[in-house]
Formats: sequence, C-alpha cells, structure tokens
Amino acid sequence: MIESPHDSMIVRRLSGGGIPLVQIVALYILFFGQYGPGGGFVGGVMLGVSLILGILVFGPTDRPTMVAKRITKADGVGLMIFAFVGGLCLIGGGQFLNYAEFEIPGLSVPSRRFVGIVLTQVGVAVDIAVTAVSIAFNLSFVSSNGGSRG
Amino acid sequence: MTYSFELPLLVLLILTAGGAIIVKDLLSAVLILGSYSFFLALAWAWFGAVDVAFVEAVVGPGLATVFFVLTLFGMQPRDTLIRRTPPPVAAVVVLPLLGLLLFYAATDLAAFGDPASPASTHVSPFYLENSLADTQTPNVVTAVLMDYRALDTLMETVVIFTAGIACWLLLRRDHT
Repeated sequence: MIESPHDSMIVRRLSGGGIPLVQIVALYILFFGQYGPGGGFVGGVMLGVSLILGILVFGPTDRPTMVAKRITKADGVGLMIFAFVGGLCLIGGGQFLNYAEFEIPGLSVPSRRFVGIVLTQVGVAVDIAVTAVSIAFNLSFVSSNGGSRG
Repeated sequence: MTYSFELPLLVLLILTAGGAIIVKDLLSAVLILGSYSFFLALAWAWFGAVDVAFVEAVVGPGLATVFFVLTLFGMQPRDTLIRRTPPPVAAVVVLPLLGLLLFYAATDLAAFGDPASPASTHVSPFYLENSLADTQTPNVVTAVLMDYRALDTLMETVVIFTAGIACWLLLRRDHT
C-alpha cells in the first residue's frame, strides 16, 4: 500500500517534471485523434495514468491524491457529456447521436460532425480517466486501516 | 516474401506468453505479461492497426500492470506464489488436437489485405471513400468510432463506467 512519498529524490523530481509533460502529450493525443492515431480512449488513459503516477510517487497526503479524491466523485460525468451531446442532436428533430442535426448556426454539416466528434471524444476521455484514477486510488489505500476492508 | 520481422516477433510473443505461465510467482508473471503487451503492440503496428497498437501500448504495460502490482501489494507474500498441479491427461491430448484443427481452419482465412474478402467489401469502402467529406476527419478509425458507430462507442463507455462503479463498490474505503 502507499503510505508515504517515495524515498528516492530522483523518482520524486523526475515525476514532478514528467507528470505535466504526460498530461500535455495526453491532451495533444486526445485532440490530434482526428488527424492521426489516438483519440478519446488513449488520451483518457494517459490523463488517468499521469495522476496515478502522482498518487504512487507522492503518497497519500500530497496534492495528486487530493485531486484524485475529488475526481473519483465525478464518476459518470464523461458518460453524461457523451449522452448530452447525443441528446442535443434531438433538439432540432434529428436522431440520437446524429451530429448532422446538431443545431449550431453558421456551421456546415461536416463541421457539425467535426464538433460532435470532438465533444464526444472529450466525454470518452473524461469517463476513462476518472474510472482509471478511481480504481487505482481505491487499490492504493484499501488496507491503510490495518488490513480490514472497511 | 521473407518474414524477417514477423518471425522474431512471433518467437518473442510465444516466449513471453509461455514465460508468464511457467514462472513461479505472480509478480514475475505480471511483469512478463507487460512485456508481452509491448510485443503485441509491435505486432498491431506492423499490421497497420496503429490506433489499436497505441491503446495496447498504454493500457497493457502501463495501466493493467499498475493495477496488478497494486493488487499484489495488498496480498500476503505467500499468496503470490503459484502452486501448480500437473495438467490432466485429457487436456494434454485434446488441446494439441484443437490446435491442429485451428491450423486446418486457418487455411480458409482471407489473405491479409485482400480487397475481395467479406470484411472489406461490406461497408468499409463506403467509410473509406466518404468519411473525409462527411466529417472533415482524416483518421477513418476516429470517424467510424465516434460518428458512424457512435452508439456502439456510447455503450462501450457505459461498460467502462459500470466497471468503474463495480470496482468502487468492492474496494471503497469508507462504508458510509
């Protein structure tokens, strides 16, 4: 179990510099997914993994764990974003998740689909990041109170 | 056609998969399984499925290994040793026969990249030809996943959400 920050200063320093880098790369992959390999799934996993690294290295009292604790409450937000975008397409009388009826004035149909893809990818990424962080957070501190699960 | 890349990759895949089965303790098995995932990601990339290779490289050695190791840290050291019983005779006889049957069936598979195979004549040509004009998205995989098959992806997200909720219910610290 994770009880204290990592002993080695090398690990702590490198993680402190590496975690923001991983997050920037994750955001790049998330939004570059329409032009190359990548997308919501990988971007979300990398966002989650960066925070998990923070939990593992900096221990239960530092900021990454506090952030993770708050984030685990948000399970389901990504799914809601995805379904909400699908529901927005219903407003103009369209079909669920058919972004062509996504009523944004001044946008052609391909651009509407583009916007729909971006928004749903963000939803997928948030869902996966929150799930990954939630599982790792609960595994990291599960027996901190003397081995009993409760 | 020489298989100078495929053959070493296949040997490494079989070695790591067999090693993960043979080793005596779970931690070694988990780490060898992580290296197996890396080689599998190479295989996906070699066959042109770069998106799948990306996911495999991030999830297999990264996320799954972290989950496994965190779980093993919560166990007693003696629980991580694997005590194996020898396999039953029926399995030793039947499984090679099943392998032979699969090899026999594999000769009927379509050739790799065959444009006349059933998988590439149904809807794939439509996606390849129209996705850029329809969605302004050069990556066809993303266009199919997020637009043409968006409902499937929504349900996949529901599956991941359900898995997260189930793990939270099983593992949460504070029963309030």
